[in-house]
Amino acid sequence: MTIFLAILKRDLVLSMRQGGGAGAALAFILSVLVLIPLALGPDQILLQRLAPGIMWLALLLAVMLTAEKIFQQDYEDGTVDALVGSPLPLELVTLAKALAHWLSVGLPLAVLAPLFGIFLNIETSIIPLLMLAMVLGSLALSLLAAVGGAVTAGLRRGGLLVSLLILPLYVPVLVFGISTTLATTGPEGSGSALLVLTAIVLVCLVVQPWACAAALRAYLK
Amino acid sequence: MSLNARNLSCERNGRVVFEDLNFTIETGECAEVRGNNGAGKSSLLRLLAGLVPAAGGEVVFNGETDFAQQLHLIAHQDAVKSAMTVAENLEFWCAVLGGRTIDKALAAFQLDNLKYEPAQLLSAGQRRRLALSRLFLCHRPLWLLDEPMTALDVDSQDVLRQHITSHLFNKGLLLIATHGEFGIVPQHTLTLGGA
Repeated sequence: MTIFLAILKRDLVLSMRQGGGAGAALAFILSVLVLIPLALGPDQILLQRLAPGIMWLALLLAVMLTAEKIFQQDYEDGTVDALVGSPLPLELVTLAKALAHWLSVGLPLAVLAPLFGIFLNIETSIIPLLMLAMVLGSLALSLLAAVGGAVTAGLRRGGLLVSLLILPLYVPVLVFGISTTLATTGPEGSGSALLVLTAIVLVCLVVQPWACAAALRAYLK
Repeated sequence: MSLNARNLSCERNGRVVFEDLNFTIETGECAEVRGNNGAGKSSLLRLLAGLVPAAGGEVVFNGETDFAQQLHLIAHQDAVKSAMTVAENLEFWCAVLGGRTIDKALAAFQLDNLKYEPAQLLSAGQRRRLALSRLFLCHRPLWLLDEPMTALDVDSQDVLRQHITSHLFNKGLLLIATHGEFGIVPQHTLTLGGA
């Protein structure tokens, strides 16, 4: 557990100091949310209807933007090699890194993004529900981003490949994330969509460590 | 304690790097790995560290085939994070490798006065010393060093030699991949590639 926390802490410190993580992703979300009303015109009702969808898209793309970096540096500077000699299994090492990514990128965005919804004239009553769904969804997004990041860790320009790899995996998160705040589903629909979203998170939690560790081991060869 | 390799072969991308390598290194002994560029010196060390699977044969250390946690591998890549200070880098590895304190590691290569320097300000030799300091975060009997003298100044090379000597004296084992003389007479020399 000490090792797990040490990796988590180091990644959080690095993401704070190196930049390019949460800051860049937040700037991306902000620019999307500022530019969309300019692009679509001042139709407040249209904006309000589109707001949750646009915010989910912005969150998803922002997380994807940072996926490439999760393992790249560690792979290139030999950290992954040295981590193999640690008593902590590589699977849990990758889980620690994925959680650090969520804490440094996914979670802050999920909490802040719904608040930026005022740019899109969002219905304030759905903000808490949207935030809850985004917090859950962003965990799944970060875990999947880690898988994409591990698969492309050894590639110089893995960015494009990461996007192609994890895009299909993001679809369920997007679909059920959106369903929680769709006006048509009502409160009962929101509940079941949240449950499905939770199920997706749990599946990702189980699959991610093995997928990431297998991908990294393949690179070590 | 001994490190035994029997009929060891290594392939990378379908190309045979070396095959049928046999050696035994006993406790307190040092083996030097020699060979031209691309002969497989680093591959051998990575294979012994459990990073690369053997294409054939086996390696046994102390009766076990999985001994990744009984060795230190210091390779070309230094695993140093530029955005963290020297002490933070060492504290991270200390926690990860299961050590207790970084004091011994800081002292081993005279990094005490650089403790709070960000690693990005270190010179190549200082980064190398920081990487080598990992050897002293926790005791592990088998050291695998890949060109450890690279970028080190004369004084630091002396320090490393002293550490190697006392490691061997304390029943440690050492495999060192090198081109030049490193100043310690090895008990074994493994020559790879076309010898």
